[in-house]
Amino acid sequence: MSGGHAAVAVYRPRGTVLHRLPAECKIVAVFGYVVTVVLTPITAGWAFAAHALVVIALGVLGRVAPGPAARRMLIELPFLAFAVALPFVAAGERTELFGVVTVSRDGLLQAFGLVARATLGVALVVVLAATTPARELLTGLDRLRMPAVIVAVMSFMLRYSTLIVDQMHRMAIARAARGHRPRTLASARTLAMALGSLFIRSYERGERVHLAMLSRGYTGSLPVGLPREPASRAHWAAATAAVAVGAAIAAAAGVARGLG
Amino acid sequence: MHIPDGFIDAPTSAAYGAVAVAGVGYAVRRASAEVDDQVVPLAGLCAAFVFAGQMLNFPVALGTSGHLLGGVLAAVLVGPWLGAIAIAVVLLVQSLFADGGLTALGLNITNMAIVGALLGYLLFRLVLRVLPARLGSVPAAAGTAALVTVPLAAASFVLQFAVGGTVDLPLGGVTGAMLGVHVLIGIGEAFITAATVSLVVATRPDLVYGARHLLERAPLEIRGAAGVQAGGAAISGAAVTGKVDA
Repeated sequence: MSGGHAAVAVYRPRGTVLHRLPAECKIVAVFGYVVTVVLTPITAGWAFAAHALVVIALGVLGRVAPGPAARRMLIELPFLAFAVALPFVAAGERTELFGVVTVSRDGLLQAFGLVARATLGVALVVVLAATTPARELLTGLDRLRMPAVIVAVMSFMLRYSTLIVDQMHRMAIARAARGHRPRTLASARTLAMALGSLFIRSYERGERVHLAMLSRGYTGSLPVGLPREPASRAHWAAATAAVAVGAAIAAAAGVARGLG
Repeated sequence: MHIPDGFIDAPTSAAYGAVAVAGVGYAVRRASAEVDDQVVPLAGLCAAFVFAGQMLNFPVALGTSGHLLGGVLAAVLVGPWLGAIAIAVVLLVQSLFADGGLTALGLNITNMAIVGALLGYLLFRLVLRVLPARLGSVPAAAGTAALVTVPLAAASFVLQFAVGGTVDLPLGGVTGAMLGVHVLIGIGEAFITAATVSLVVATRPDLVYGARHLLERAPLEIRGAAGVQAGGAAISGAAVTGKVDA
């Protein structure tokens, strides 16, 4: 099914505790934990080390493959440029770095905070995506009262993006077979034409799918996901415990800053 | 431009989360009124198309490449409401399925779906109004709207940064750098958007939401067959033509 989708390629079927935890609990836990990470003051380096340990522990618990997870985290590269620039341009007291250049002490700290928070945010989502199949995430969102139309559009996007991306690759092979080597700006026009054809084919596919749905009795709402038992009290307790750990770290860091 | 967690402070992110929920909620209501039970397949396929389109890298200059943001493109092709839903869903899937930035989702949706698609479509209609009312104007208007919308989305980010940035970079520097880079990206976006829309307008103009009002204006002419004089024969020989200005 949608297993080949690029966006969910990090999922690995295993039987760990994290895999068995209902998706709605995991979504709430991950979101809650990211909020505690964002609220942790950047002055407390040790707090981020503690957060990182928690995330690594979760990754080990869910047997997340480190290689694909690391590749996923490259998404934040553009923002790392911000982080690299920060120490040089930010205001504040100057300090020497490696005895070569003088940089802003505040800037250095903020750059660290930026990278640490963004990395933890991605890492938590990677743990979620690696331990939860796409359809369970959708069921989880539905249980969390995400509007049905958004869940349905998401499920369509996940189901059909594999097909459309494949179609795009076939069109790229066809272009290459005709000698197309995109090197200059002029080839952008060819790519735009390809995108136009892709849109027409996607839209026509959408129309065919809609007609097929109508012929199967579609009236405007989709049955969501597979029937699965909703989360028990114990599941919610586990999710709450994870967020509580994050909150405790954030609170300790806040208190430490207040004292210092 | 994908804002990660922690770049903008929590209160600002929460406020923009509310903006995003309100905006997308409104778009869902308007889209449902427009296409009713087609919302799900069309917005879903459009989201998949935008997702695929964002994977298509085009060469910018000197070996660097950029990819499409697609806000104006989606809005012109399927309409502002479906387009905004599609972009928002792409962002939601990306943030939940691998790319992170859950707490920054409201910021990203505001920049790319609300500014990128809704405001972009408004600009498109404004530009279209000053151009001659024919199909050929549609790609030009789409390109112009994309050219302006990309820096506008960057400006929206700068505003978020000014309100709740967690790092103290000089605001002038951030504004200059963001707008400078995005003016360049906007040129690429404008070119791709215009060329893509022009292909669809040329082959399936009925699919282009932003061109539909121009199609409807095409008059239905009933021409009498030349040389036929007799009353009854004139009707049987009448040619019914729907002339499409293309």
